[in-house]
Amino acid sequence: MSAMAAHALGDEPSYLEAGGRGLRSWILSTDHKRIAILYLVCMLSFFLVGATLGVLMRLEQLTMGPTIMQPQTYNAMFTVHGVIMIFLFVIPGLPAVFGNFFLPILIGAKDVAFPRLNLLSWYFFVTGAVLAVTSLFTGAGPPDTGWTFYVPYSIRTGTNVSLAVFAAFVLGFSSILTGINFVTTIHRLRAPGMGWHRMPLFPWSLYATGWVQILATPIIGITLLLVILERFFGIGVFDPAKGGDPLLYQHLFWIYSHPAVYIMILPAMGAITEIIPTFAHRTIFGYRAIAYSSVAIAALGSVVWGHHMFTSGMGEMANVVFSLLTFLVAIPSAIKVFNWVSTLHKGSIVVEPPMLYALTFIFLFSIGGLTGLMQGALAVNVHLHDTYFIVGHFHYVMFGGTGFAFFASLLYWFPKMFGKMYNRRVATLAWFPMFIGFNMLYFTMLVLGVMGMPRRYYDHLPQFHTAHVVATVGSWFLVAGLLILLGNFVVALFRGRKAEANPWGGVSLEWTISSPPPMENFEQVPTIAGPPYHFNPVAHR
Amino acid sequence: MSSAIPQPHTLPSAAHHDYAGSKIAMWLFLFSEICLFGGLFLLYSAYRAKYPHEFHDAGNELNFVIGVINTLVLLTSSLSMAASITALQKGSRRLAMLLVGVTVVLGAVFLVNKYFEWMAKFHHGLYPNGPELLKRPPGEILFFGLYFTMTGLHGLHVIAGMVVLSFMLALMARNRIRQDDYGKLENAGLYWHLVDVIWIFLLNLFYLAA
Repeated sequence: MSAMAAHALGDEPSYLEAGGRGLRSWILSTDHKRIAILYLVCMLSFFLVGATLGVLMRLEQLTMGPTIMQPQTYNAMFTVHGVIMIFLFVIPGLPAVFGNFFLPILIGAKDVAFPRLNLLSWYFFVTGAVLAVTSLFTGAGPPDTGWTFYVPYSIRTGTNVSLAVFAAFVLGFSSILTGINFVTTIHRLRAPGMGWHRMPLFPWSLYATGWVQILATPIIGITLLLVILERFFGIGVFDPAKGGDPLLYQHLFWIYSHPAVYIMILPAMGAITEIIPTFAHRTIFGYRAIAYSSVAIAALGSVVWGHHMFTSGMGEMANVVFSLLTFLVAIPSAIKVFNWVSTLHKGSIVVEPPMLYALTFIFLFSIGGLTGLMQGALAVNVHLHDTYFIVGHFHYVMFGGTGFAFFASLLYWFPKMFGKMYNRRVATLAWFPMFIGFNMLYFTMLVLGVMGMPRRYYDHLPQFHTAHVVATVGSWFLVAGLLILLGNFVVALFRGRKAEANPWGGVSLEWTISSPPPMENFEQVPTIAGPPYHFNPVAHR
Repeated sequence: MSSAIPQPHTLPSAAHHDYAGSKIAMWLFLFSEICLFGGLFLLYSAYRAKYPHEFHDAGNELNFVIGVINTLVLLTSSLSMAASITALQKGSRRLAMLLVGVTVVLGAVFLVNKYFEWMAKFHHGLYPNGPELLKRPPGEILFFGLYFTMTGLHGLHVIAGMVVLSFMLALMARNRIRQDDYGKLENAGLYWHLVDVIWIFLLNLFYLAA
C-alpha cells in the first residue's frame, strides 16, 4: 500500500481518471466521491420522475371534473410522487450526495470511516428504488394510500402497498448505514488539529443528522414491517376489528417521519452555512450557535411528532404538550436564520448563482417555517388540517428549503466535483422562472388551504378554480426553470470550461485541492491551525 | 501513508483497521437495533395498559418452562461467546473456535425449542387469523399477534447472529481473526449479547405477564 501511495504523489490523476472509466470502476468503487456521483445521478433521475408526476397532478387541476385522469389514477399519482420525492430524493438527498463527497474532504480525511459499507448503502438505495418502481407496475396497481401509508386503509386496499412499503424499509437500511458511517467518520477521521469547534458547519449538521438517522429510522422500519405482517398474516396490531388501534400506527409513523423532516432540512441548513460566508467574504456569525442549534433541532425535533395528529383524537393534554414542543423547535431554526442574516451584515456580498439560490433558500424556508408555526397552534390547526395549506407549507420547506439548498450546493460544488464550470448567466437566468413559478404554485396553495380546499382531491369546486389555474401555470414556470438549470449542468459536463481549484474564493479545505479532487483527496493530511471560515478582510478583490 | 486508500476493484482486501472506529460503529448499530425493537415494546406497553386482564390470561397459556429453559440456553451461549474472546486474547485459537461453535449450537437449540413452542400453539389454532384465536377477546388477539411478531423478529436476529458467528469461525480458521486482531469477534459478540438481552425482556413481557 505505502509503496503505491508514494508512487501516486506528485501530480495525481483526479478521482474521475484514476481507477478507470468503465461501469465496473464506478459501481464497484468504494471511493466516497464516486459513490456521491452514483447517488447524484440516481437521485436527479428520480427527482425528474417525481416532478413529472407533480406536473401531471397540476394539469389534472387545470379544469373542473376529470381533465387527464380518473380519481384512482390521481390517488396513485400523489402516493407515488410522495414516495419518490421523500424516500428517494429529499431524505437521502444532501447527505448521500454532498455529504459523501465533501464530508471527508471538509474534515481533512481521505475517505469515510467505512468505504465498503458506504458502497453497500448505495446498493441498498438502488435495491429500494428498484422495488419502489416495481411496485408501480406489478400486483393490483400502484399504491394509493398517500406516502404516509395510514392504516386501516393501507391494510385493506388491494393495491400494491406491501412492495412499496418494503421498498421504504430497504431504503431505511441505506439511511441507517450512512448515518453510522458519517457519525463514526466525524468521531475518528478529523484532521490533526481539527477539534470539534474547528470543524466546518456542514459536517456539524451531518453529525446531528446521522444520529437522527440511526435512532429514528428503525422505528419506521418496524412500523412498515408491521403493515406488511398485517396484510399477509393479520396479526391485528393496527386492525380495529381485532382490537388494534390505528392511532398507534400514526404515532409510530410520525415518531420517525417528523425527525425525518430534520434529516431532510439539517444538511440543507449546513450546506447553506458553507455557501453564505464564501460569498459574503466574511467569517460566519455565531459559529457555536449554529453548531449547537443543529444538535438542538435534532433533539427537539424528535419529540414533536404529535403535531401531525392534533385532529386524530389523542387527547387534549397530549395536544397541548406537542404544540408547546413544536413552538420550541422553532427557536434553534430561527437562530440559524438570524445568524445567516447577521453574517451578511457588513459583508462584501457577491451574488453568484450559488449565493442567489442560497438566499432564496432563506426566504422560502422562512415562509415554510412560519407557516409551520401557524399549524403548530392548536386552534388554527383544526381549520388548516388536511388542506392545501399543509401541502403548500411542506413544499416551502422541502422544495423551497431542501430542494433549493440542493441546487445551491450543486451550483457551489459542481466545479469542484466535475472540474468544469457551468454557464453562470444561464444559472441565474433559470432562477427567475423557478422563483416566480415556485411562489405562484405554492403560495397559491397556502391561500387555497385557508379558503378550505382539501388536499388529495382530484377535483375542485368552482370557488377554487381561479387559484388552481394560477398554481398550474406556476408549475409550468417552475419546470421550465428547473430544466434550464439542470440542462445547464449537462452542457457544462461536456462543454464547460475547466474550473479553477478555487473559483469562489472559499477558505474551507475542499478549495485547497485541485478540481476535480485527486483520488486520495490530500497529498498530505492537512493540519488545522485555527477556526474555519477565516477570511482575510482585505485579501479579496 | 498507512491510512486506507480507496481502490476500485479491491473490495475484499481493502485494508481498514480502526479498532475504536469499528467499536463506535457497532454500538451505533446496536442503538439502531434497540430502536427497532423499541417500536414493538411501545406497542406492547400501550396494549397491555389497555387490556391488562386479557394479557394476563393469554400469558398464562405460554409454556413458562420452555421459556425459562430457552433463557438459560441463551445466557449460556452468551457466556461461551464472552469466553471465546478471552480465549483468543490469551492465544488459544482452538478453544476460542470451539467456544464460538458452542455458541452457534446453543443458538440452534434455542430455535428448535422455539419451533416446537410455536408449533404447539399453531395446533391449537392459536396463530394470527387462526380459528381459535379469532374467538378470543381483542386483548388476547393482540397479545398473540405481538408474541409471534416479537419472538419471530427475535428469532430472525438469532439466525442472523448464527450466520455472523459462522463467518467469524471461518475467519478464525483462516487466521484473519487473531490474538492481536480480534475486533470483529468482539463486535459479533456484542451483537450476540444484544440478542440475548432482548430475549430477557421478551421472557418478562410474555411468559411472566401472568
